[in-house]
Amino acid sequence: MQRVEHSKAAEIFNIDEPRVDWHDDTLWFVREKRDKAAHQLPEWETLRELASQIKNHSLSNLDHYLEEFEMNATKNGITVHWAADGKEHNQIILELIQKNKVQRVVKSKSMLTEECHLNPYLIEKGIEVVDTDLGERIVQFRKEPPSHIVLPAIHLKKQEVSDTFHEHLHTEKGNNDPQYLTEAARVHLRDKFIQSQLAITGVNFAIAETGGFVVCTNEGNADMGAHAASIHIACMGIEKIIPQAQDLGVFLRVLTRSATGQPITTYSSHFHRPRAGQQMHIVIVDNGRTKQLGRPDFRNSLKCIRCAACFNTCPVYRRSGGFSYHNAVAGPIGSILNPNIDMRENADLPFASTLCGSCSHVCPVKIDIHDQLWKWRQILTAEGYVASSKKVGMKGMAFVLAHPSIYRFVGKMARWALTTFPTLLANRKFNPWAKQRELPIAPKESFREWFLKNKG
Amino acid sequence: MKVGLFVPCYIDQFYPQVAVATMELLERLGCEVVFPLNQTCCGQPMANSGFAAASGGCDKNFVANFKGLDYVVGPSGSCVLHIKDHLHDDGDAAAALHIREHVYELTEFIVDVLKVEHIEASFPHKVGIHQSCHGQRGLHLSSMSELNAPSFSKPEKLLEMVKDINISKPIRVDECCGFGGTFCVFEEAVSVKMGKDRIAEHEDNSVEYITGVDVSCLMHMEGILRRQNSKTKIIHIAEILNSVVYAKS
Repeated sequence: MQRVEHSKAAEIFNIDEPRVDWHDDTLWFVREKRDKAAHQLPEWETLRELASQIKNHSLSNLDHYLEEFEMNATKNGITVHWAADGKEHNQIILELIQKNKVQRVVKSKSMLTEECHLNPYLIEKGIEVVDTDLGERIVQFRKEPPSHIVLPAIHLKKQEVSDTFHEHLHTEKGNNDPQYLTEAARVHLRDKFIQSQLAITGVNFAIAETGGFVVCTNEGNADMGAHAASIHIACMGIEKIIPQAQDLGVFLRVLTRSATGQPITTYSSHFHRPRAGQQMHIVIVDNGRTKQLGRPDFRNSLKCIRCAACFNTCPVYRRSGGFSYHNAVAGPIGSILNPNIDMRENADLPFASTLCGSCSHVCPVKIDIHDQLWKWRQILTAEGYVASSKKVGMKGMAFVLAHPSIYRFVGKMARWALTTFPTLLANRKFNPWAKQRELPIAPKESFREWFLKNKG
Repeated sequence: MKVGLFVPCYIDQFYPQVAVATMELLERLGCEVVFPLNQTCCGQPMANSGFAAASGGCDKNFVANFKGLDYVVGPSGSCVLHIKDHLHDDGDAAAALHIREHVYELTEFIVDVLKVEHIEASFPHKVGIHQSCHGQRGLHLSSMSELNAPSFSKPEKLLEMVKDINISKPIRVDECCGFGGTFCVFEEAVSVKMGKDRIAEHEDNSVEYITGVDVSCLMHMEGILRRQNSKTKIIHIAEILNSVVYAKS
């Protein structure tokens, strides 16, 4: 798919202003719920600091904890696989599917499998993969990617869900009742759970000392899948590791409060070993993470626990939508993770921000997101991934501003031009400022001129 | 106490009244104000666009202008934050460091350094406060809604000293206005939409003025207000704090 620059996609998204308002309000509502939950805990900021420190420690000792995890998981009877990239991850899963002669797979939400494009890969090989998270199932029917990592179908209104279900599940046309639609999805998914032979889940936290892992869902769909199928494959990025089970006391408290404002996910399921007759596999994936770990300015982006609080608070995300970020992980965090994987493809993303800093302060693991956006801008520019017109403009500006007399001349010219040819400068087609804004009214004299006249 | 008046380039050229108000206010509060005549810009427009490496000439010029002063004070949270975080000059590292450590946004200078408890001013109007992000989240001029921490606001503390002023706040008390430097032209659609949404909340409060510590945010909102033929005006906080009390009983 040809990617559209964030600014262009955002412009298209903004054509339907009432819809932008609806999208913005919907996500702001989630941010408000997060605030309420966070502000009810006197120890909130301490929890954030602890979560940040535990993640920092884990990242600094990743090799040690991953090996400890592998050892303990293996002892528990889990088979551990290692994948260097998305391709290897997909191949490992396909091999397990083929070896076990599986046709039908259910999958609960895993952003890692989205990142690795597992679904299209398996579907192309003739495997039926059913996403069992309600939002994911909706977008899967529509052949769309998720637009949000926690709320995959947040870009859709209930009428659109109703139309989608009418087409795929033969629900009554025009019936937009959420209860009715959810019930239809429930009945449909029950069948899929019962028929499935293999369940794929994500991993929210993998615990080195126990070799177990925790999967958080609100719908219980990870459990339904894992308990019904005879094979369970859990997929995790290397950064999901935490040292001890007691650390969950920090992470489970901040995760859902940050994500949706709930005190805890409805289901926080702890998996330690396969039940009798079941196979349990875990695929541990790098896919660019060690590269990011090696960039001192960006390493701590790997602390991310995928709560999406930065999405919900981001005034740009709320008004441009998840698809404008053209990646599985959108929003501010996506804008600092994706350039690591492909600078050229994602060079627009660090610029899709006003650097307001709200993201860094809702982040439950204290990632300095807005500072990293700034730092990515410097790197992308140095590596030549910005338009040459911008480069010429910026270099020209830097030259003018480095020379006081030229600056004063240009300033005077600008004020003169604004007064003399206001309509020329305010051309809505050529000057993006003037498209929906008036230009400032030019004063007769600059402050410096006033100063020299009155105080000099 | 020698205070260097830092007048950001676009204020110098397009909003000189803000610099005049800042200068007069500081003088009224007892400062010896110096205006270095060859100042231009802090370099932020280039740096935030990814061209920090190209702003060396700007930095050098800034250091040459503001060297040897006790404090540097400017009526713009964003420009001050940029100086604080990024000013460097290999030729005169000590002077650059001194400036970084002694540069203040106007309201934080009045509250934290001058420790002013009383300002003689009157502004009998309904005014909506806009929180500029870099001042708020970068310079900590006020508490932020994201954190679970005690609430405070230096600009508001000063506005409360003004007679007859009626202060109001929007529902989303500290959402960004969408200016964002060159973001305002490279991401025009979202930038304007953000500005329109901020303005709408202030207008719901029937404000006569929107004020803040950063002219850049105000300039952006003013552009939208004027395009909409709105009666709402923008005014920098220095202009309010410098409103002389005419009627006294």
